[in-house]
Amino acid sequence: MSFPDRIERTVELAHPPAKVWAALTTAEGLAAWFGDQAAIDLRPGGAARMSWNHGFTVQMRVERVEEPTVFGYTWQISGLPEEDPRRTYVEFTLEPAGAGTRLTVVESGFAQLPDDLHGKAYEGNAGGWASELGELASYLDAA
Amino acid sequence: MRPDVEVVAEQVFAALADPTRRAILAALASGGPATATDLAGRLPVTRQAVAKHLALLAEAGLVRAEPGERRRVRYRLRSAPMQVAQQFLAALARDWDSSLDALKDHLDRGA
Repeated sequence: MSFPDRIERTVELAHPPAKVWAALTTAEGLAAWFGDQAAIDLRPGGAARMSWNHGFTVQMRVERVEEPTVFGYTWQISGLPEEDPRRTYVEFTLEPAGAGTRLTVVESGFAQLPDDLHGKAYEGNAGGWASELGELASYLDAA
Repeated sequence: MRPDVEVVAEQVFAALADPTRRAILAALASGGPATATDLAGRLPVTRQAVAKHLALLAEAGLVRAEPGERRRVRYRLRSAPMQVAQQFLAALARDWDSSLDALKDHLDRGA
């Protein structure tokens, strides 16, 4: 299958897991290498956010916190509208390797289909703008 | 049965590979539903050519014909298949290599 559902990378870092963990799971750490600004509520279900100085912001949801070995979160798929419910899942796994850490990141879920691709829900959505504009017109007419 | 993402992506990218079809989709996106005649008036192609491309776009699920009298049939953009293509592009554009290089640099600077 040529449609990639999953991206996986492994890197060897010359720093102990505790230090790598801090870089991945604290606002200071994330803002230092990933985003330009970051906020994180580090517990499963907690909200996190990163933003970049060029104006892009991404909302994240913390899913797994197993210090200092597994950190997982879901986030929006870039390029899809903000209200789109689909998310990819990112999981970092930290393993001690000598004095350093072997870090693996897996992002999965790219091949999800929109639920409404061929369904009735979509037809409702397609009519959405037309009916909203219709409602606006009626509202203005009534005023 | 859920349609295969691969099939949807193939149809979307094949549809987008043609400049006239891109122009038709762009016209429907910016101006809303239109007939083949409307589109031929706005684009440098004949009505027959527009109709042929609209048939292909409808087959790929990228436009939908609204019920109506033959020459008055209006075509409306369908965005759902585009979202499959966007997901494909998102996977290609997710640059973990650069992010992990930045992580490495960050850790080394702090050492």
